[in-house]
Amino acid sequence: MEQKLVALSGNEAVAYAFKQARPHVAAAFPITPQTEMMHKYAEFVANGESTTEMILVESEHSAMSAAIGSAAAGARTFTATSSAGFALMWEVVYIAASLRLPICMAMVNRALSGNINIHCDHSDSMGGRDAGWIHLFSENAQESYDNGIMAWRIAEHMDVRLPVMVNYDGFIISHTADALYMLPDDAAWKFIGKYNPAYTLLNPEKPITVGPLDLTDYYFEHKTSQLAAYEKAPAIIQQVSDEFADLTGRRYGFAEEYKLDDADMVMVLLGSSAGTCKDVIDEYREKGVKVGLLKLRTFRPFPAAYLAKVLAGRKAVCILDRSASFGGQGGPLYTETRSAMYGLQVPVHGYIYGLGGRDFDLKQAASVIENLKKVAAGGEIADINLLGVRL
Amino acid sequence: MSGKMVEIRWHARGGQGAKTAAMFLAEAVLTKGKYGQGFPEYGPERRGAPMRGFTRISDAPIRRHCMIENPGIVIVLDSSLLDSPAAGVTAGTAAGTVFLVNTTDAPAAVSKKLGVKGAKVHTVDATGIALETIGRPIPNMPMVGALLAVDDMLSLDELKGALVEQLSSKFSQVVIDGNLAAIDRANKELVSA
Repeated sequence: MEQKLVALSGNEAVAYAFKQARPHVAAAFPITPQTEMMHKYAEFVANGESTTEMILVESEHSAMSAAIGSAAAGARTFTATSSAGFALMWEVVYIAASLRLPICMAMVNRALSGNINIHCDHSDSMGGRDAGWIHLFSENAQESYDNGIMAWRIAEHMDVRLPVMVNYDGFIISHTADALYMLPDDAAWKFIGKYNPAYTLLNPEKPITVGPLDLTDYYFEHKTSQLAAYEKAPAIIQQVSDEFADLTGRRYGFAEEYKLDDADMVMVLLGSSAGTCKDVIDEYREKGVKVGLLKLRTFRPFPAAYLAKVLAGRKAVCILDRSASFGGQGGPLYTETRSAMYGLQVPVHGYIYGLGGRDFDLKQAASVIENLKKVAAGGEIADINLLGVRL
Repeated sequence: MSGKMVEIRWHARGGQGAKTAAMFLAEAVLTKGKYGQGFPEYGPERRGAPMRGFTRISDAPIRRHCMIENPGIVIVLDSSLLDSPAAGVTAGTAAGTVFLVNTTDAPAAVSKKLGVKGAKVHTVDATGIALETIGRPIPNMPMVGALLAVDDMLSLDELKGALVEQLSSKFSQVVIDGNLAAIDRANKELVSA
């Protein structure tokens, strides 16, 4: 497949990916750093490059509500947000998943207030981790674009029918010009295909009720059927990713395994900091240090069995969270991964890093590897450590 | 990391076009088969506030996503930042670091102010050139022209081709011609120590 090499910001890349899915409806409200993504999309519509109906709502709660109405009516629908915008959607975020509506959302990860901060961390999406959406994470503009293409196939698959959020780091990815390969419009369309809703609100031949009162008699059964979708989703995510690899040559799974085959020590993390770690891992590899990286792509559904298999037998594992869980046992990635590793007898420790956009640099990545070396040699370290903060 | 990577740090004030230049250069090098990454540091986004931009150019895909601490090239769009320790123009620099400063001062005077032993200092009156060619004190594109006099990441023609492609949909021919002339002049008028 002939693909064009372009330089785009992450926001522009995702705007292109969504445009190539030819959505019927987009409902969104601007918030930094998501704004530029919708600027780009509005430009497509204004230029006649996209026929998407844009609903310019008065808040994010309305954006998600309008997206739900649109998707329930049978329209391919997307929205986009960040940080406080996602927090304001809260109530209806759950409804989108519970109604099994395949809405796609660009989630440009940004810290939550207070104090007010516009920069990247993952506390926004992590707050919604139990809401029922599929969470895909991206390392760079390329992965943001690719996830933005694959999201539709995953969301709309009849075994899944769940909303998907494409996470990419605010500013670090959203506002960085980065080189990526883009599919031609017709190839992307051929891959994504037309959306065939199973039910629509506006079909008098097949009338349905959406969102009725559901009390002690059936609510639990309905949640049970929703839970089953997350059991089926991993196979579909892999199937769609394999088809995408056949088309583009870019291979995706639940995680990227970087220099992991013979690694005694493993770093586990999400998002843009993976690239920085890879450069530092290469330096350590030249010195013969057997360290590797596991960059998770699917945080929901959480691939626990896969992680247990990949992390078994290692001498030391550390998990880096770009969000904190106040009063909890480390960040969300740490608690979930450590839980997946139950019984493995592999020493594991965690870090909180990069809150509010604090730069995650080469030195921090190197310090993590130094600590892994100590632990692998039998040394002790605290369960949870703070990285790159003035103490 | 395989292959050569050039790391450039831009120091400017809001409104001088450093963000545009940092990102534009990352895109322009694609035509040469290189990979580029460009981004600004977002702070208080207001005209006149000190800001930094970053550009990486490499023969291989660029994976790291951190700020540039040890730049090979430092480009200063506003020479008043040399007097501001908080601007951190010399932070992480060493002997061999290339400084490209928009000023009417001679390189020797700028070298003395910078105080980085063994640094390679070049100066150009980019604001003066911009006023005469573009008609506005926007020194970003002339500084890119000057950059190509000290690094062969692109030829002048390649740069100008990329600029025409980028600007033609947004600006009038007069503005484009002004920028092209500014690039040429700054490239020739760069003064080296």
